[in-house]
Amino acid sequence: MSQHAGTERLDSGLAHAGVRSYVSGFAISILLTIAAYLMVTDQVLPTGPLIAVILVVALAQFGTQLYCFLHLGTESRPRWKLLMFVAMVIIVLILVLGSLWIMRNLDSRMTIPQQEQYMNSQQGI
Amino acid sequence: MSVQAARAVQDLDHEVEADDRAVFGFWVYLMTDCVLFASLFATYAVLHKNTAGGPSGHQLFDMPYVLVETMALLTSSFTCGLGMLAARDGRKNAVVAWFTATFALGVTFLTLELAEFHHLATTGAGWSRSGFLSAYFTLVGTHGAHITIGLIWMVVMISRVLGSGLTRGNIRRLTLLGIFWHFLDLVWIFIFTIVYLMGTARV
Amino acid sequence: MTVAGIFGRLTWSNLFPSVLVTQAAVVSIGLGLVAAVALVTYLRRWRWLWKEWLTTVDPKRIGVMYIIVAVLMLVRGGVDVVLMRAQQATSVGAAAGVVPTSTFQQLFSAHGTIMIFFVAMGLMFGIINLVVPLQIGARDVAFPFLNATSFWLFCAGMVLINASLGVGEFSAAGWLAYPPLSELRYSPGVGVDYWIWSLQIAGIGSLLSGINFFVTILRMRCRGMTLMRMPLFSWSVLCSMFLVMFAFPVLTVTLSLLFLDRAVGTHFFTAGAGGDMMMYVNLIWAWGHPEVYILVLPAFGIFSEVVATYSRKPLFGYVSMVLALAAITLLSFTVWVHHFFTMGAGADVNAFFGIMTMVIAIPTGVKIFNWLATMYRGRIHFSAPMYFFMGFVFLFTMGGVAGVMLAVPAIDYQLHNSLFLVAHFHTMIVSGVLFGDFAGLIYWLPKVIGFKMDDRLLKYSAWCWIVGFVLAFGPLYLLGFMGATRRTSHYASDTGWQPLFVVAGLGVAIIAVGVAIMLLQLLLSVQRRKQNRDTTGDPWNGRTLEWSIPSPVPVYNFAVLPVVEGRDAFWAAKQRGDASGAAAVRYEDILLPANTPAGLAIGMLAFVVGFTLIWQMYWATPLAILAIIVVLAIRTTATDDSERVITAAEVEGIERSRARAGLA
Repeated sequence: MSQHAGTERLDSGLAHAGVRSYVSGFAISILLTIAAYLMVTDQVLPTGPLIAVILVVALAQFGTQLYCFLHLGTESRPRWKLLMFVAMVIIVLILVLGSLWIMRNLDSRMTIPQQEQYMNSQQGI
Repeated sequence: MSVQAARAVQDLDHEVEADDRAVFGFWVYLMTDCVLFASLFATYAVLHKNTAGGPSGHQLFDMPYVLVETMALLTSSFTCGLGMLAARDGRKNAVVAWFTATFALGVTFLTLELAEFHHLATTGAGWSRSGFLSAYFTLVGTHGAHITIGLIWMVVMISRVLGSGLTRGNIRRLTLLGIFWHFLDLVWIFIFTIVYLMGTARV
Repeated sequence: MTVAGIFGRLTWSNLFPSVLVTQAAVVSIGLGLVAAVALVTYLRRWRWLWKEWLTTVDPKRIGVMYIIVAVLMLVRGGVDVVLMRAQQATSVGAAAGVVPTSTFQQLFSAHGTIMIFFVAMGLMFGIINLVVPLQIGARDVAFPFLNATSFWLFCAGMVLINASLGVGEFSAAGWLAYPPLSELRYSPGVGVDYWIWSLQIAGIGSLLSGINFFVTILRMRCRGMTLMRMPLFSWSVLCSMFLVMFAFPVLTVTLSLLFLDRAVGTHFFTAGAGGDMMMYVNLIWAWGHPEVYILVLPAFGIFSEVVATYSRKPLFGYVSMVLALAAITLLSFTVWVHHFFTMGAGADVNAFFGIMTMVIAIPTGVKIFNWLATMYRGRIHFSAPMYFFMGFVFLFTMGGVAGVMLAVPAIDYQLHNSLFLVAHFHTMIVSGVLFGDFAGLIYWLPKVIGFKMDDRLLKYSAWCWIVGFVLAFGPLYLLGFMGATRRTSHYASDTGWQPLFVVAGLGVAIIAVGVAIMLLQLLLSVQRRKQNRDTTGDPWNGRTLEWSIPSPVPVYNFAVLPVVEGRDAFWAAKQRGDASGAAAVRYEDILLPANTPAGLAIGMLAFVVGFTLIWQMYWATPLAILAIIVVLAIRTTATDDSERVITAAEVEGIERSRARAGLA
């Protein structure tokens, strides 16, 4: 019994979880994975919107597993794990989106025409 | 006074607090690992068009194969979760069974991935072929390295549980391992989407 | 990638340098090591050294070790400076100067790397180890073994960078090693590899420490100490560790990618085959900018403590100080492009980051005003730490203003990589980080070593630093405007630069005197320690919890864990008259983690990993990594031996033997 009490504090999310959480998380993840896969292999949308959709699907699966497998957001207050997760997301968005913006800007401005021509002719499809 | 007696005298809360710190500290470490992967993703995003006359993702990726890999890893995350529940409930044999299943699925994933790498490397699409391939191998390979560490850890934990049962320390370490394994599947969602799906979609 | 035999690419010819100054360095370090070993043997202190220092997990001891290493590296980095200044003051026109160009390049590369990674980070982590557990009323850090491992990883990096003096060479690519210069084609030797692995290993140590202290502060504060009652120094450390955790992974990745390019021929940053050199600059500064805030925030925290204590007033504007720290922390991730305005981004990108750079100056300004407001109408004691603070206020403000100038991309196009830039960032780091850390050391070392240091000599030292700094870097601001670029080992005589370089050299000489005085007073203080003993535990009439326990601090920190009811808890207790704690206090057994050689072992194995990768002894690297895994596996088998007990009777004995503030 004391061991059970210990694991309650150990990972408060795990303490109140049930098999249902994992089964539903698993099932939803499978569906989302296959959905995204089929959308791409069957090319159901033009590339631009397709990419946007599969990104949304990925985020949905991400959120599903965060909640169902990692029980994020179920801890008792203060919600430090959630806070650290949000902080990480903010930093990651800054770093990744920032880098993409900066590098796209730099690469387009700092590539001389001959180089660009060469790179385009070499572009594998 | 012996250490055991001193510990018995000390409030159980202290032990629980120590476990709590370990889980939180590990969670925080995983957040930093996310930033590590984010840097690799950023590098991949910047370099993914730089094929330097070599093959692109669209030409290289075998999507059904990748789907099998993905399903293996996803299932292993599920079995790992069931193993965690068993640990919480003190069911030692179930813990060993579920984590062995997780290990088997993890080895399957890793084997498929290494086979894919080997195939690419020996057919002129190795990581020194182009910026794109360098980024691809490093991003996916770093994930694979984490998987490898997880698998080694799993072997150690399974043998420890078989040896000394579900002690407090073992439960704590299984909890950390479980979180780690789930996290690796989370990262794979993004690799699957951004590297494989988007690589195939860009025509 | 070829496995070139047992010794990789290490040959006899690598085993000793060919340049005079480097030879002198190797010989002096060698003699120093021999002398240290001889001394320990003569005093028969090997067992003591092993038991009390090499296997310790006590953050107080680890802090002292960090500081010792940092001071040694300060001397080495300083010698690099002396040589550089000598070169730039003399190498004009026909004169050749004092060192060959290739050595000069290694000098400026080593100087920057050592000062940032080993001096500044070392002093910072040293002070954090010493002070944070005490300030928050805790007995230990969250993960003591991890803490020890972090220190030994730091040491491994330090040993690697010093090994490059004697075995091989160091990088000549600057402290950040931009490609293509740092790629294999233009740096085929081992220098850049030494740079990579020294930083990679030390960087992992830093990341682990970041996690450790972040969790410690969040989870181990004593009862009653809510975050808004926590001392400002601990707040600044919390923010700094947040930055460490989220910035260092970027460095880990960047160094790894550069190494892959060099070792296995990938194309991340190469000049062809799809590489993108500018991505390196982007990534390294995405780490590099948060890094400078990692260094300066704890220094700001130190000033908050020092100014409040020596003004006998509570810190003005506690809440705004905390908010300013939080703002600086978040903003420090949004300014990094200002390090490469001239790389060619468009006006939109440059303008955004230029504006953000100016914005981040605002919370910093708030802090300066709050410190001054703390002093206003206080009963100020102008101790040596306050001298360093006053020097900081003037110098940092001026350097900061120079920074706001540089934040304007159009101006930066004129001044990028000129000596104006060099003067700016040295002003920030020396008057901010270094002066802050010095003030902190003077303020807090007595708590750990049990005796005060010589305030008068330290004031002389402060003057030397301040005057020396103005002479050393004032001319550099002018030289920058006159067109002098950084890292030049030789210039024409008709530039008119030489007189200014000579003045700068004089400034460095004065700083060197300041350093000498600091080291001298330390020796004198050790000699006079019985007269200067801190008998109360509270030599400065402090405000926070660390002053409520005896000096030197007992191994368990607090015999009874404190309970706190507000800010400046110790000050409040003193005003109430019950600072000594109840006479009838009940002592309990205390459990502390036992010593372990595992941290030292991991550090040594990490050195082997680095060394074998540098010299391409690739057969040995996996073995060393395996050994590290084995050490960890053994270590994580928890046994009773991993903890030790201090009985209540022992605690009582220790407490009685040390006088405390307010006690009879």
